[in-house]
Amino acid sequence: MSGAVPILSVQGLLKTFGGVTAVSSVDLRVKKGELLGIIGPNGSGKTTLVNLISGFVKPNGGEVLFKGKDITGLPPYRIVGMGMARTFQMVKPFYQLPAFKNLIVPLCSPRIKAVLGGRYGDRDAIALDLLEEVGFERDSNVAYKPAGSLPQGYLKRLELAKAMALRPDLLILDELFSGLSLAEVASIVPIIEKLRFQGKTIVMIEHRLKELFRIADRIMVLNFGMKIAEGAAGDVMASEAVKKAYLGSEAG
Amino acid sequence: MKKRKERIDRGIKVRSEDIFALTSYREMIYLLAPRALPVVGLLLFVPLFSPYWREIFISTAIYALLAISWDVLVSVGLISLGQSFFYGVGSYVAGALNHYWGLPPVLTLPVATIGGAAICTIALLPVLRLRGIYFSMVTLVLPLMILRLVEATRIFGGTEGLTGLSPFPGQLTEMYIANACLLIALFGFRRLLDSDYGLIVRGINDNDRAVMNAGLNIHWYKTQILFLGAAVGCFAGAFGTHHDMFAGMPGFALDYSIMPIAAAIVGGTGTFAGSVLGAFILVPLSEILRALGALRIVFYGLFLVIFVVGIPEGLFHYIRRKYHQFERWVDVE
Repeated sequence: MSGAVPILSVQGLLKTFGGVTAVSSVDLRVKKGELLGIIGPNGSGKTTLVNLISGFVKPNGGEVLFKGKDITGLPPYRIVGMGMARTFQMVKPFYQLPAFKNLIVPLCSPRIKAVLGGRYGDRDAIALDLLEEVGFERDSNVAYKPAGSLPQGYLKRLELAKAMALRPDLLILDELFSGLSLAEVASIVPIIEKLRFQGKTIVMIEHRLKELFRIADRIMVLNFGMKIAEGAAGDVMASEAVKKAYLGSEAG
Repeated sequence: MKKRKERIDRGIKVRSEDIFALTSYREMIYLLAPRALPVVGLLLFVPLFSPYWREIFISTAIYALLAISWDVLVSVGLISLGQSFFYGVGSYVAGALNHYWGLPPVLTLPVATIGGAAICTIALLPVLRLRGIYFSMVTLVLPLMILRLVEATRIFGGTEGLTGLSPFPGQLTEMYIANACLLIALFGFRRLLDSDYGLIVRGINDNDRAVMNAGLNIHWYKTQILFLGAAVGCFAGAFGTHHDMFAGMPGFALDYSIMPIAAAIVGGTGTFAGSVLGAFILVPLSEILRALGALRIVFYGLFLVIFVVGIPEGLFHYIRRKYHQFERWVDVE
C-alpha cells in the first residue's frame, strides 16, 4: 500500500521572484523508505524547492502532496505536524541556550504529543539521548555548552538532531555536509544510514557528490530551476545535460 | 611583583537547582537572600515610610508593573514603544465600569486586567506579524491616535475624563495591593520564562524560523505573550486610575511609555527583576531631583546616561554576576 502512494509528490511546482524563475514546473516523487538526492549547480533552485515543500515559501503554482494530502501553501508548523521535518543549510540554533536545551523546543511540539501519545518522559533526558545519537559524546560536557560556542561540525549535528527530535516520517536535509571535513562527513553518514534502517524517507540536497552517491537510491539534477535529469547516480552523471550544467556549455 | 584580579564562579551556582542547596544554612541563605530581598523590602520595609513617600512608592510600583509588561513583550522579540496604550485601556475600562455601573475596585481591577488585555491583544493582532521597528511604530502611534479620538468624539467624558472614581480603602491597603501584585508578576513571569514554555518564547525571539520548523505556531505563542504583557499593563492602568480616582487622557500620555522602558534598560532586560530594580531607582530619583526645579530633567538625563554608559548590561545583570563570583588578587610573574 505504501508503495502505491508516494510519501511525497510534487507536481508542476512554480516559484518566481520578480522576473526570476527560481523553480520552474518541477515534478518529484519520493517513495516511502527511499533516499533521494537532489544536486545542481549553485543557484539552481534546490533550497527554494525545499522551502516550497516545507511551507516556508508559498509557490506561484503547482501542488505538493504529502502522504496523499494536499499541503500546498500550508504554514510550516502544520506540515511538521504531519510528519515532515527539515534542516537548514545555514544552521539555526538558539545560540544562547545550551545545546541540549535547543532540542526542548521541538520536543514541545504538538507532533511529539501526537506520536508519543502524551507519555514522553523527561524532555531533558530525551534531548541528551538524541544528542548522543548524532555524536555528542556523552562523557564530555559538549551537550551542556551554549550552542553559540560550538564548532560548525557540532552545529550541523545539532541541526540534524532538532529535525530528528520531531520524529518525522520524511526528513529533508539541506546541504547537511557543507562546511564539514571529510572525517566529519564520514561520521555523519552512519547516522543517516541508521535513520534509513528505521524506515525514514530522506531527501538530501548536496554538493558533496561522492558521499551522496554512495548512500542515495536515486539522484535528481536541477539547473535554472528545472529538472534536467533523474535516475541512478551513474546514469545521471553520464547525461549530456548534466555535464553541460556543471562544466558550462562552452566546455563541450 | 604584579598582581591581577582573578574571578571565579561560585560552585553553588551550578548546584543550586539540586538537593545540595539544602545541605547547609550558608548555602540556603545564599540562595534565598536574593529572593527574600524584594519580598521583605516591598511588604515590610516600604510601608514604614511617611505617607508622602508611600505615595511615591505606589506610583513606583505602577511603573515597575509597566516595565515588567514591557520586558514580557521583549522576551518574545516585540519592542513596544506604547506602554501607555495598555495603561490607558486598563484605566478607561476600570474607570468606565466604576463610573457608569458603580462596580467596586474589587471587580473593576480583574475585569479591566482580563478585558483590557483582550482589547489590546485584538487591537495589536494585525501587526503582530510585523517584526522589529514596525511593531514599535504601531505601538507608538496607537495611544496618540486614541488620545485625539477621545478629544474629538468626546467619549468617556472627553477631555474632562471620568472623575470621582472610588478610591481604595486606605493608603496602606493600596500599597499592599500594588506591592503584592508586583511580587506575583515578578516571580510568576520569572518562573514562566524559566520553564519549557519560556524556552519556546525566547526561541522565537532568538530565531523564529527555527521555532516554526519545530512544528510550533509562533503566532499563537506571540499572541499569548502579548495577552500576558498587556494584562500586566492594563492592571497597572486600572490600579492607577483608582489611585488617582480619575480616568482620562493623561493615561495615554508618553510618560507611561518612556519611563518603563528607561527602567527596564537601566535595570537590565530579560529578568523582570531588572525592570523592578530600575523602576525603584528611577522613580524615586526623579522625585528627589524635584528640589532642583527646572534643572531636574537635565540631571535626570545625566543619571540615565551614566547608568546606560557605565553598566550597559543593566544593573541587575551586573549585580547578579558579582553575586555569583569570588574575586581575589593573585600574583603574576
